[in-house]
Amino acid sequence: MLELYVVMAFMLIASAIAVSLRGLLSSVISVGAVGLGLCVMFLLLKAPDLAITQLVVEILMLVILIRATIGRGVSRIFHRSSVWIFAVFFVFAAGFLAAAWVSLKDMPAFGEPLMRVSDYFIRNALERTGAANIVTSVVLDFRAYDTLGEATILFTSVIGVLALMRSKGRKKTDERDEPDS
Amino acid sequence: MILFVLDLVLMLMGLYVLITNRNLIKKVIGFAIMEHGLNLLLIMIGYRKGGEAPVVSPGMSVSAIPFVDPLPQAVVLTSIVIGLGITALMVGMCIRIYQRYGTFDIAEIRRLRG
Repeated sequence: MLELYVVMAFMLIASAIAVSLRGLLSSVISVGAVGLGLCVMFLLLKAPDLAITQLVVEILMLVILIRATIGRGVSRIFHRSSVWIFAVFFVFAAGFLAAAWVSLKDMPAFGEPLMRVSDYFIRNALERTGAANIVTSVVLDFRAYDTLGEATILFTSVIGVLALMRSKGRKKTDERDEPDS
Repeated sequence: MILFVLDLVLMLMGLYVLITNRNLIKKVIGFAIMEHGLNLLLIMIGYRKGGEAPVVSPGMSVSAIPFVDPLPQAVVLTSIVIGLGITALMVGMCIRIYQRYGTFDIAEIRRLRG
């Protein structure tokens, strides 16, 4: 139980550093520390599949963010720290906390989940799907349509990134055959 | 319950930097922090005290062993991968904006646009 609090404190400190630092590269590295702390947290909460996925995804995300940051983070942005933006933040934070209180009020306490649907999955996963890993059987069999939607979203975002980052656009029709001939 | 509250604090930090910071990359970072907090919250709801990881080994009777809730784990597995796609898309937009305007400052971008 104690180790959960230790890792949680590590994540909080790392995210506070990521929030408060001015330099972009150090901030990106701190958010990587948050993600790796989350990876350890998943291991402690008995979710090894998630820990593996989170590790891979975190490294990829760090590479992408560093690609965006490197050589560009030098331009410092000075805040005027206007009062209005903090007022907006407090309004949003109050709304967020109210929604969290309403939804967490009826939640079972930490360590005693409901397991109403999951009991069926746990009891029947092995004989109905043949997968020893119950998470895999849920992802790929019981809730396969969710996975199809995930693949669709991933494909769409890849198409979006390709369309955004394409360095050579398609030439217009009238200037296409001019230069080479 | 304290862990839930600490996790809400983590998400509030992400919300803070998402709203108050004017740097686009810092906004992406705040979004990533909120996403991490949300995934962690879902997994913590499904945790059972003294539970085992939901993997069946041979010779193990399924009904006797307290497994952790596998359903939030499956959903969060989807959510993590989607989060990577969203972050990549946002970073791509940020790089394009930087190439066009030469800055990450949203106030500066708005002013140059006219």
